[in-house]
Amino acid sequence: MEERMTSERTVAGFGRSLKTEEMVLSMGPQHPSTHGVLRLELVVDGEIVVDVIPHLGYLHRCFEKHCEHMTSYQQVIPYADRMDYVAAMSNEFGYVVAMEKLLKIKVPERVEYIRVIMAEFSRIVSHLIAVGTYGMDIGAVTPFLFCMRDRERVLDIFEQTCGARLLYNYMWIGGLSHDVQPNFAEKVRSFCTYFRPKLKELNDLLSYNKIFIDRTANVGVLPADVALNYAVSGPTLRGSGVRWDVRKNDPYSIYPTLDFEIPVGTGAMGTVGDCWDRYMVRVKEMEQSVNILEQAIEKLPPGDVQAALPKRIRPDAGDLYVRTETPKGELGYYLVSDGTASPFRVKVKSPCFVNLSALPAMARGSMIADVVAILGSIDIVLGEVDR
Amino acid sequence: MTPQEIIETLRSRFGDAILEAKTEGVIDPFVKVSPLSLKEISHFLRDDEKTLFDVLMCLSGMDYTGGKLGVVYHLHSTNLDHKIVLKTEVTAESPHAASVESVWKTANWHEREAFDLFGIVFDGHPDLRRILLPDDWEGHPLRKDYAVPEFYNGMKVPY
Repeated sequence: MEERMTSERTVAGFGRSLKTEEMVLSMGPQHPSTHGVLRLELVVDGEIVVDVIPHLGYLHRCFEKHCEHMTSYQQVIPYADRMDYVAAMSNEFGYVVAMEKLLKIKVPERVEYIRVIMAEFSRIVSHLIAVGTYGMDIGAVTPFLFCMRDRERVLDIFEQTCGARLLYNYMWIGGLSHDVQPNFAEKVRSFCTYFRPKLKELNDLLSYNKIFIDRTANVGVLPADVALNYAVSGPTLRGSGVRWDVRKNDPYSIYPTLDFEIPVGTGAMGTVGDCWDRYMVRVKEMEQSVNILEQAIEKLPPGDVQAALPKRIRPDAGDLYVRTETPKGELGYYLVSDGTASPFRVKVKSPCFVNLSALPAMARGSMIADVVAILGSIDIVLGEVDR
Repeated sequence: MTPQEIIETLRSRFGDAILEAKTEGVIDPFVKVSPLSLKEISHFLRDDEKTLFDVLMCLSGMDYTGGKLGVVYHLHSTNLDHKIVLKTEVTAESPHAASVESVWKTANWHEREAFDLFGIVFDGHPDLRRILLPDDWEGHPLRKDYAVPEFYNGMKVPY
């Protein structure tokens, strides 16, 4: 703690000006509610947060430099997994979509369907962790255990499909590492039937809990225009009432053929763009993901799971930016190829990095305990922030 | 607007500051602009009612090798739903580009990242310091000629 500056302010009830001193409070890097190794430098005046200065980079491993040193484009995928490690399928999806656009190849329809199913599963998993840990940040421990129990079911399906529970390396350029198991459709259907009532249970337990609402409604309001100026995306943007989703507005894969809705924050419990809205968007998105799963599994066509590709992938020289909707928001890959077999440059626009940059705008003027609520409502994964 | 129309608008308004533009033979059409007029061009693109580029999707530092660095801006308009790419090139001896932080707040951290990893200096940035690497790190790792240091703060790096 160090002294910063002194300021005069009128304290309610005293009727006269009291001299207060600003103080710097260091939160993290080892702090349970920073969801990883993030340090927040809080400048506080009593209980009021005057400014928040995030310090990041504790998990930085220079993913982008790694990519440039790969001997083939395929080798990037395991590294992409490790960015947002709770939704690894979505990271792979973004990369392979970008690569296929760069190579101008079309993948078999079966591949597209399986990829979308996996991506939506990974959205459910990521949102379950997000809402579960969010409840825990605020003091509700039980919902977290319920969320983990449901997450387990999805991880079992992932494990059965590709052998891994967290980091999959499943989507390859031009296809998948291998086809799904024969009982895959049955498993997906039984998950959907299982999961719908659990969402209601989650709502009863946490979403409409009075204590939870009191802690999150009207806290950390992010107005829509500020959100766009900060280019935040995903549930953080939609919580502010902006109906914007890459799956609808800049579609890729088979999303145009699927019927689903984009939930947005409505200010049902307080102001549009508060923590509760951001939280609720995630819960509603899980429901939409179940809708997508049901449609996709009905339409899942038979066929091959790997497009014909040359042994050495050498895209023509050129660059492109492709974005996909991951659970956290808009994940963008800026790929630059110089015509050789290894990438010239891979830049990742990480949604968590961008969303975190809007934290000071949301947290200024709030109470110290609310910073925890606000940070949790952005849902960051430090593996992706730091890359 | 189509990319061609956006380029025409920029040409008629900024003239010499537009160095190059390409719409054909590339996947994303781009405009190459002079690094010091970036801020005026960005302001215009954001505020003009025909372009309204309200979102800076991505800002990437680049090392084009041969002493040339660059910055690439991917813009998108949520209202008009069109996109354009701005590119700019600076030299490694004097890597100065104008900051667009005052136009799009999201550029703040992106520019710090490009400064950190490429050493591109954004003039007019309110808080240009390293973001991902420690403050006492030497060099800019994403430059193509970067050599991995043998020592960090007097400690031998074990590889």
